[in-house]
Amino acid sequence: MLNNLLSLVIWVPILAGVVVLVTGSDRNAALARWVALAGALLGLIVALPLVTGFDTTTPAMQFVENAAWIPAFNIHYHLGVDGISMPLILLNSFVTVLVVIAGWQVIQDKVAQYMAAFLIMSGLINGVFAALDGILFYVFFEAMLIPLYLIIGVWGGPNRVYAAFKFFLYTLLGSFLMLVSMIYLYFQSGGSFDIQTWHTTTLGMTAQTLMFFAFLLAFGVKVPMWPVHTWLPDAHVEAPTGGSVVLAAITLKVGAYGFLRFILPILPDASHELTWLVVTLSLIAVVYIGLVALVQADMKKLIAYSSIAHMGFVTLGFFMFNPLGLEGGLVQMISHGFVSAALFLCIGVMYDRLHSRQIKDYGGLASRMPVFAALFMLFAMANSGLPATSGFVGEFMVIMAASKVNFWFAFVAATTLITGAAYTLWMYKRVVFGSVTNPHVEEMSDINPREILLLGVLAVLVLAMGLYPKPFTDVMHVSVVDLLAHVARSKLP
Amino acid sequence: MRVDMQTLYLVVPLAPLFGAIVAGLFGRLVGRTGAHVVTIAGVAVSFIASVLVFQDVLAGHTFNGTIYTWMTLGDLRFEVGFLIDALTAMMMLVVTFVSLMVHVYTIGYMHDDPGYQRFFSYISLFTFSMLMLVMSNNFLQLFFGWEAVGLVSYLLIGFWYTKETAIYANLKAFLVNRVGDFGFILGIGLVLAHFGSLDYATVFAKAPSLASETITLWPDTPWMLMSVIGILLFIGAMGKSAQFPLHVWLPDSMEGPTPISALIHAATMVTAGIFMVARMSPLYELSDTALSFIMVIGAITALFMGFLGMVQNDIKRVVAYSTLSQLGYMTVALGASAYSVAVFHLMTHAFFKALLFLAAGSVIIAMHHNQDIRYMGGLKKYMPITWVTSLIGSLALIGTPFLSGFYSKESIIEAAKMSHLPGAGFAYFAVLAGVFVTAFYSFRMYFLVFHGKERFHQGHGHGNEPDAHHGHDGPPHETPWVVTGPLLALALPSLAIGYMTIEPMLFGDFFGRAIYVADRHPVMHELNQEFHGAMEMGLHALATLPFWLAVAGVGLSAFFYLKRPDIPAAIAQRFSFLHRMLLNKYWFDELYSWVFAKGARALGGSLWRRGDQNVIDGFFVNGSAHLVERFSRLVRAFQSGYIYHYAFAMLIGVFALVTWFARLN
Repeated sequence: MLNNLLSLVIWVPILAGVVVLVTGSDRNAALARWVALAGALLGLIVALPLVTGFDTTTPAMQFVENAAWIPAFNIHYHLGVDGISMPLILLNSFVTVLVVIAGWQVIQDKVAQYMAAFLIMSGLINGVFAALDGILFYVFFEAMLIPLYLIIGVWGGPNRVYAAFKFFLYTLLGSFLMLVSMIYLYFQSGGSFDIQTWHTTTLGMTAQTLMFFAFLLAFGVKVPMWPVHTWLPDAHVEAPTGGSVVLAAITLKVGAYGFLRFILPILPDASHELTWLVVTLSLIAVVYIGLVALVQADMKKLIAYSSIAHMGFVTLGFFMFNPLGLEGGLVQMISHGFVSAALFLCIGVMYDRLHSRQIKDYGGLASRMPVFAALFMLFAMANSGLPATSGFVGEFMVIMAASKVNFWFAFVAATTLITGAAYTLWMYKRVVFGSVTNPHVEEMSDINPREILLLGVLAVLVLAMGLYPKPFTDVMHVSVVDLLAHVARSKLP
Repeated sequence: MRVDMQTLYLVVPLAPLFGAIVAGLFGRLVGRTGAHVVTIAGVAVSFIASVLVFQDVLAGHTFNGTIYTWMTLGDLRFEVGFLIDALTAMMMLVVTFVSLMVHVYTIGYMHDDPGYQRFFSYISLFTFSMLMLVMSNNFLQLFFGWEAVGLVSYLLIGFWYTKETAIYANLKAFLVNRVGDFGFILGIGLVLAHFGSLDYATVFAKAPSLASETITLWPDTPWMLMSVIGILLFIGAMGKSAQFPLHVWLPDSMEGPTPISALIHAATMVTAGIFMVARMSPLYELSDTALSFIMVIGAITALFMGFLGMVQNDIKRVVAYSTLSQLGYMTVALGASAYSVAVFHLMTHAFFKALLFLAAGSVIIAMHHNQDIRYMGGLKKYMPITWVTSLIGSLALIGTPFLSGFYSKESIIEAAKMSHLPGAGFAYFAVLAGVFVTAFYSFRMYFLVFHGKERFHQGHGHGNEPDAHHGHDGPPHETPWVVTGPLLALALPSLAIGYMTIEPMLFGDFFGRAIYVADRHPVMHELNQEFHGAMEMGLHALATLPFWLAVAGVGLSAFFYLKRPDIPAAIAQRFSFLHRMLLNKYWFDELYSWVFAKGARALGGSLWRRGDQNVIDGFFVNGSAHLVERFSRLVRAFQSGYIYHYAFAMLIGVFALVTWFARLN
């Protein structure tokens, strides 16, 4: 059983999704919900041995499975995780449970299809994080777009078709050049699609540079990095709450993960050479997007822009080429998974009651929903990077790492202390504080036990990670050091 | 024995935290009485433990150790730990004592408030955060405490969350503090980058070897590393301790309930910056540039914020500007390398300023939450305890010989006089002139509130707190014992603590190695030469300039506000521009709101519309989409138009092809 753990992590949710599709229908939505919840929980349970059985002392891939898939092209069904990918699989499996619960009452239309889409997507995303074969990675990477496209396009808001198209084309176009690069790598490595083999393949500077841009486009769109970020706010605004949660908490991380699995170790020389580019784009993301977030009138757009700014920290940390920055980026990814999920759930809670995401329609929520206001405050503070919340840890590490490299990188990055607090707390003030001006707010009821459960679990995680991040960095550290050693070695012929 | 002490160290911050959690999460369960019993018990335990720790430190025991490891990255360790020495122990005593008084006082002040439990939870949480800040043995935990007290301050300023001015003030306070924290975290970043550790002991030990290190922030202009670090860290202190030009949040913070103005915005949190610089004395001693900078900023704050206190009519705002000005005094002392003097003034100020705020709160209760001193007067005979304690507080504040504020303020003036750093001349002038200003505004308020004609039946002003306007009938009366008790308890140290402690704190070896002063900054040494005992110092002062400046200030305010109230009005008319400038606080609020708040939004809006919507989306994304659309009209007939059809077809195609190729081989 332990030998096929990663296969289980991938296929259990997918199979559960298929079961939901088969058994559930609109006439029997309740069954679909319960089957989906069971499937999501089972997916989380089979992922837990990844933590308990994980060896934090070795940078080698663990829980490896390797079988020939298409021998003609030396393509393998090759899976394995290290300290970088394992936490992301856990995060994904956990968030899947959340979104199933989050869609419990809100989704009344095509329930089985909705739940199935999330379960299948969860399995596919686990596949992305576990794949050690280029083609296998590519298949999962592209396939996961489909359920998400459907989630936005079917259960989304009024302008969902535009958003879904924009999202799909943006991300799909980005990855075509990646496929070309992979085929080039196949030939250069003497006929292998094995990612770890690529890590040691020698490559000339021109080839590295060209591939750098190809991969940068593929993963940069997903992160998303400025200036290829404009699909994200649109997608968020139209997506249902669950879709936004997965989009922010998980799919953005796929892009960042690509940097660590492909760009840095396969193209170390180009990465060093083009550090200035990524750093510049990351810092623009932090400042420019932070200012743009300030003027958003739609809460979901605001948090979407905030996500882009926070992901700027991730890519900035990666390209500091020291453990503090790289692990800071990874910690920021996990933390952003919790915090952005929580914030989108909070917006969902409000939307379900008032059917508006406009900040101006709210005000005075604290009087009507004190429990919600308290939880929302915690997440707002985490989004502003307050110490003792998870949001602080990654930002702190990246700022520290940047100070080592260049004071001005740290200087620009640290402006997020001001802008992040400004856009988050200003929104909070207008939504939660003040006196009630909209008569409909007067009728809003405080959150129910199901919502308390969702937000409460996230609150505990946000605080736990802020107060004691050591377990997270312990898991990552050896793999990160190994990765950095890789990056430090030139691969020029 | 030592192990027991370590448990005690833990008890000090955890007891208030426990109270905060119980009152905060189970407020409905424990009820109002339960909430104040558990939080007061927590703080009382913490206070007693602090006393024991203090005695232990006096006996010569210090401690520096780790509680738990927050994070490790190979050799790099981030830890949470305690450094217990004389500086910490003194701060612990001040924080827990004032906090205890404020907790008790709150029972009376917040008696009718529906958020009773929440309030107790917040102030206990604040006590925990502040203790973690002062007890820290490393920069990371310092930053934790730093931001945590900022958070609680934010929550408490906006405690009455339906009041528009309060929620404006708390956002402003948080953001201005964040500007300071921006500098602070960059300073911490440089410390980590150059020292390889955030542990105080390691950093201080290594500091002398980096004294002449330079960094290049701008091509061809090397900066002393220590100056850059010192100034960046001090920017954090400017935010937290409300120094010019980051002072703008403190007066507005008066929107919060009065107990927290006493605890957070006078006695403890705002002194965190002063404490921090004193704690970092081994770093600051290496940079005269940073010290000069600190001294000038402090001097500006001490004098110019004092001026503003002269025209305020809101009783709490007068005290708030006085706090700003006194923080400036402390900062001047820091800049003069007289760290112990700064901390000494921090302590005496904590007592008499907490006293003044709580007394102001007592007056506010009696005035049914009208805070305008123009509608008070003659309260002396109705509120004897509040009157006497206010008088003690005011006399201590203006530096009346033998009272606590005298010893600390006089020492600051002397220290500024003896400093030889650039800017010391200006600082000396500022703190000297400040004595007159302080005496004037303090006694202007005192006379308007307690003496003269009774004006509280005249106008109704505006109730500044939500439950204003209830029961305006009958004469004002003294407040209950839970209010007056803390006033009396704070009046005692306001009277005597300076006289009792000046010798050990400034000239003895009380601080020991907690504060380091380099030999080339001999200010403390020179002060010591002139010091011949506390009694002597008090007697001597009667013949010196500061004393007569204070007397002049009191006399002038008595003349203006008791005898000839028409004169200040005439002056305000005659110098209307100056008067308006002071009333508008030098227009800093307008400037900041226009440049930063409006500016950032305008910039964000234009980046969004021009950058995101017009250029990226309009030209590139949708532009290319339109191009494709035109082309695709030609081939439209062949397409279903559903993109997921294509995607599925493509996937299936890839799988089929690849599998087919595989079979072929």
